[in-house]
Amino acid sequence: MIINIASKEIKSFFVTPMGWIILALITAAFGTYYLEGVNSYFEVMSGAIRPAERVGVTIYVGQTVYGAAFFLMLFAVPLMSMRLISEERRQQTLPFLFSAPVSIVEIVLGKFFGLFAFLALMVVYIFLMLSTLNIWADVDFGYLFSNTFGLLLLVGSFAAIGIYFSSLTSQPIIAAILSFIFAFLLLGLESYFASQPNHWFHHVSLLKHFQTFSRGVISSKDIIYFLLFISTFIVLTIRRLDADRLRG
Amino acid sequence: MATTLKALGLTRLFGPNKAVNNVSFELSKGEVLGFLGPNGAGKSTTMRMLTGNLAPTEGQVEICGVNIIEEPKLAKANIGYLPEMRPLYKEFRVNEFLRIAAKLHNIPAKKINSSIDIAMEKCGLTHMSNRLIENLSNGYQQRVGIAQAIIHNPEIVILDEPTVGLDPIQIREIRKLIKEIGKEHSVILSTHILPEVEIVCDRVQIIDKGNLVFHGSIDDLKQQRRGNKLLVGFKKTPTLKKLQSLFDIVKIEKQEDLLHVIQFKNLDFDMEKFIQVCVKEKLGLFQVSPHITSLEDTFVQLTNK
Ligand SMILES: Nc1ncnc2c1ncn2[C@@H]1O[C@H](COP(=O)(O)OP(=O)(O)OP(=O)(O)O)[C@@H](O)[C@H]1O
Ligand SMILES: [Mg+2]
Repeated sequence: MIINIASKEIKSFFVTPMGWIILALITAAFGTYYLEGVNSYFEVMSGAIRPAERVGVTIYVGQTVYGAAFFLMLFAVPLMSMRLISEERRQQTLPFLFSAPVSIVEIVLGKFFGLFAFLALMVVYIFLMLSTLNIWADVDFGYLFSNTFGLLLLVGSFAAIGIYFSSLTSQPIIAAILSFIFAFLLLGLESYFASQPNHWFHHVSLLKHFQTFSRGVISSKDIIYFLLFISTFIVLTIRRLDADRLRG
Repeated sequence: MATTLKALGLTRLFGPNKAVNNVSFELSKGEVLGFLGPNGAGKSTTMRMLTGNLAPTEGQVEICGVNIIEEPKLAKANIGYLPEMRPLYKEFRVNEFLRIAAKLHNIPAKKINSSIDIAMEKCGLTHMSNRLIENLSNGYQQRVGIAQAIIHNPEIVILDEPTVGLDPIQIREIRKLIKEIGKEHSVILSTHILPEVEIVCDRVQIIDKGNLVFHGSIDDLKQQRRGNKLLVGFKKTPTLKKLQSLFDIVKIEKQEDLLHVIQFKNLDFDMEKFIQVCVKEKLGLFQVSPHITSLEDTFVQLTNK
């Protein structure tokens, strides 16, 4: 049942030009960063005289691409998640789902995984793109895996934020703006607290936990953080929709 | 006949306002129940509670013996619902949308295509199958709304104002369809078109300000309309006193010209005797007919109490 709802979301994303446009822009942007990374690698490395300054090609290109992925997704995910529930509110189509033999949990999970599947596809696409370096160099796959894994968790968190804000309003644009601001605060405030390494904010900061993965480290602490983050917003969304039934 | 739907003391508050107040009724297999009531009476609110879209403040709903609050999935599997605001994903084509509806209602993969075809045919949508819903006219969108409610062949079909926006030919077809569904399943429909109730429904329920004010079969409603009144024309108008000395009369109302509405005490008054006496008394009787209050009047009477 979750799959049925997820597939409905994916279909409705692609029946409008919106889905294709975002997909095209994102792939183009990643492709550009990738090429940029590869092209500048030799220039930069030939300038690096001491061996300590030299890094492998995977890490160099990976940093360029994953650093960009982070910001691209910050913009792209709210645009993709905004319609998930707010559009249903606007068009008054929620009764269609609520009258069918599916639970609210399934509805929310279906919508979340519909979006997540699509985002995961992009993350895998980035992985494949970077793997092509293997043709002429020895790719550090461990580094790629940990970044892929981290990015999956990060876009999952963005998606969870997006679906929650989408459930609060019947205006998709407002949902997009709110989820962008919220995600941006969680990331951007990081720099304000940079001088206080022990501030509590570092524990809830998405960026901090993502950085572990981008160094090539997979730690269970960070995985648990992201999973908790995602489940919190999914539970909030479920509660918000359930409140509809109670409040009317 | 087996009971398919049972509502027990349904009550719904919106803040301090009681939108629905202690409404109870039952529905049997093979029955079409009409929901009547003025705007804001609580028809849609009741339907939303019956279909699990709104939690009742008090009361229970049982669908085929299953409590919808305790086991919503099981109960909802037996319901097809067309809300007041038809819930259509307008960016899809008609057949794509119905496919989504079919999947959501757990129709087995093998039967999906045939269920879509049957639903489209029943609602006169076959030639619109590949059109985008947003490009359909209002009436055709309404048909898609009805199609999604019957696609899984549910035991109970609940339609909130199903004939709104349809042309007269389609109204006739939808009424026929409702009657057909009503033969094997149960249907509840709400409407503002009073004659529609007499055409398609077996039973009527009139709701006003959240309260059930009339509940009975169509015959009961007709009885209520025919009642104990006669429309009589006298050339020489007798006084009420004179008439009361002759018959058991409660009231006499003067209409235009020489016509009068006479209300008898009993329902089974003797028409033949009435005419004989009038002729003997030389009252100048020139017209006698049963006085049927219009459905509108009955409705107004019932909802103004
Ligand atoms: N979500 C809500 N919040 C507050 N009040 C509501 C809500 N929904 C309905 N009401 C109130 O409940 C009452 C019944 O409304 P309902 O929609 O059930 O009427 P109705 O019989 O369907 O009327 P109509 O014939 O106009 O469709 C109205 O007074 C309405 O204002
Ligand atoms: Mg209504």
